[in-house]
Amino acid sequence: MIQRDDQGRKRARAAPWLLLGPGMLFLFLFFFFPLYTLLEMSLSASPSRFASPVFTWEWANYSEALTQYGEQFSRSFLYATLATLAALAIAYPLAYVIAFRGGRYKNVLLGMVIVPFFTNFLIRTLAWKTIVGDQGMVVDMLRTVGILGEHESLLRRPIAVIGGLTYNFLPFMVLPIYVSLEKIDTRLVDAARDLYSTTWRAFRKIVFPLSLPGVFAGSLLVFIPAAGDFVNAYYLGSTKTTMIGNVVQNQFLVQVDYPVAAALSFVFMAIVMVIVAVYSKLLGTEDIA
Amino acid sequence: MTSIVGKGSEKRDLASGTVTSPMGRVGKATINGLAFLALVYLFLPIFVIVMFSFNNPRGKFNAVWQEFTFDNWLHPFSDTALTDALVLSLEIALIASVIATVLGTFLAIALVRYRFRGGAGVNFFLVLPLTTPEIVLGASLLMLFLEPHLVLLNQDFTLGFTTILLAHIMFCVSYVALTVKARIRGFDWTLEDAAMDLGARPARTFMKVTLPLIAPGIMAAFLLSFALSIDDFIITYFVSGPDITTFPVRIFGQSRTATPPQINVLATLILISSVSVMVLVTWFGQRRKRRLGNV
Repeated sequence: MIQRDDQGRKRARAAPWLLLGPGMLFLFLFFFFPLYTLLEMSLSASPSRFASPVFTWEWANYSEALTQYGEQFSRSFLYATLATLAALAIAYPLAYVIAFRGGRYKNVLLGMVIVPFFTNFLIRTLAWKTIVGDQGMVVDMLRTVGILGEHESLLRRPIAVIGGLTYNFLPFMVLPIYVSLEKIDTRLVDAARDLYSTTWRAFRKIVFPLSLPGVFAGSLLVFIPAAGDFVNAYYLGSTKTTMIGNVVQNQFLVQVDYPVAAALSFVFMAIVMVIVAVYSKLLGTEDIA
Repeated sequence: MTSIVGKGSEKRDLASGTVTSPMGRVGKATINGLAFLALVYLFLPIFVIVMFSFNNPRGKFNAVWQEFTFDNWLHPFSDTALTDALVLSLEIALIASVIATVLGTFLAIALVRYRFRGGAGVNFFLVLPLTTPEIVLGASLLMLFLEPHLVLLNQDFTLGFTTILLAHIMFCVSYVALTVKARIRGFDWTLEDAAMDLGARPARTFMKVTLPLIAPGIMAAFLLSFALSIDDFIITYFVSGPDITTFPVRIFGQSRTATPPQINVLATLILISSVSVMVLVTWFGQRRKRRLGNV
C-alpha cells in the first residue's frame, strides 16, 4: 500500500525532482539568469562612448534613473491606479450579473468577456484610436453636446491613455471577480434577508466582502501590466503623457543606453513589488477566506 | 480558456434553482444595464476592427471610414511582410506551446502528486514570472541574448527565431504549470494504485489511467499558451530581430508609416478561428462530462 496524505499526495524524494528538473532548469536559465544579467547591467558603465558597458558597481545609474524620470514614474502609477479603479467599477456589475443572473447563458457571457483577447491588443488599441480619434463618433458627439470645444480632441490627453489601459486589461478584472462571486453560497444572503437585512446591507456585509479575493486578484492583474505598458501612451497619448514603459523601451531600443535602462527597469520592478506587498497587507486574502 | 468556459453551470443547479440576489427591482435593472454597457464597451473596438476590414481607405492609414469594399477580403495576404510575420507567429506559438506544455505539465504533476521538501518554494518560484512586469522580462532577456560573454550560457544568440521561441516558452511555462495544477488537484490518484494492484506496469498505468484523467487540463493549458504566445507583443518586441518578427511586432513597426486594411482582415480571421476553437473545446468538454458522468 502506498502512503498518501490527506490530499492524496505521495511522499517521495527523487521522483518529484526528476519531473521538476527540466522546467526548473529552463526557468532558471531564461527567467532568473536574465534578471541577474539585467541587474549586472544596471551597475555597469561604458568606459568610452562606443565601448560596451563593464560592471563597476555604478550606482550613479540608479540616481540618474530616479532623478531624471521621477515624473514618468509617478505618472505611470497614477494612470495605472486610475485605470484599475475604472476597470473595477466597470467589471464588478458585469461579473455580478454573470455570476448571479447568468443562468444558462453563463458560459456564453463568460466567453464574450474573453473574446476581445482573441484580437491582438495592438489592433484593439488602434481601433480605440479610431473610435476616440478626431474624426470618430465619440468626439463628434462630445463636441455637439459642448463637453469638448470646437477644436478640442480626446486623443493625446491623459484620459485617452487611461481609457485605453482600462479597456485593454478589463477582462483580467472581470474573470477573478466572477470566480469569487460564483463561489458564494447564496443561502448566506437568504439568511441575512430572513434576519431583516436590507438588500443593500446584505450586499455590503456579505457579498462584497466575500468577493474581495477576486477584487484583489483582478486589481493586480490590471495594475501590473497597466503600469508597465507603453503601447497605449504611444498610440493614444502625447509627449505629455509619457509613461515609464515608454522611457524604458526608448532607452533600450532607441537610445541604446543599457545601464540606465536596466536601472530604470529595476526601480520600476521594485516599486511594483512594494505596491503589491503593501496592497496584499491591506487587502490580504488569507484573513477573508 | 476552457477552464473558464467549461465550469459554471453545474454549481448553480445545486443551489436549489432559485438564486436570491441582494438587490431591489430598480437596483436590479440598474445593475443589468451597467453590465450591458460593460459588454458594449468590450465589444465596441472589436466591432470597429471587423468593420474596418471592409473599408477602402484613402492614403496609407486605415483609420477613417471611407467606403465599403470586399477587396481586402479578396486579397487577405497581399501584404507579404505582414503575412510572413503571421506565419512566424503561428510557428512560434505552436512550438513554444508544445514545449511549454510538456515542461509545465511535469511541474504540475510533481507538485500535485508528491509531497516533498521544497514544494512550497517551487510554487513561489513558479508565480514569480507571472508577477514580473513584461517590460522587465523583455529587457532582461535582451540583456541575456546580447551578452554572450556570460559564464553560464556561452552561446552566441542572434535576435530572431530562437530568441523569440525561448522567450515565449519561458512566459508560458508558469501559466501551463498553474493551469494544469488547478485542474488536476483533487483527482483520485488511488485509481493509479488500483491499476498497479491489478498488475499494470507504471508506463501502462500512466498511459491508460493518469493521462486520460489529466488530458483536459493539459489541453486547456496548451490552448492558453497558444493564445498567450500569438498575442504577445512587449516581450517579443525586445527579443525579435530586425527582419524576423511576429505579427504584433510587425504591426507596431509598420503602424508609424501605414496600417493596411489587411491587418483588420487577418485579425478578423484570427478572431473567427479562435472563437470556433473555443466553442468546439467547450462542446467537447461538455460531451465528455456527460459521458463520464462528471469525473
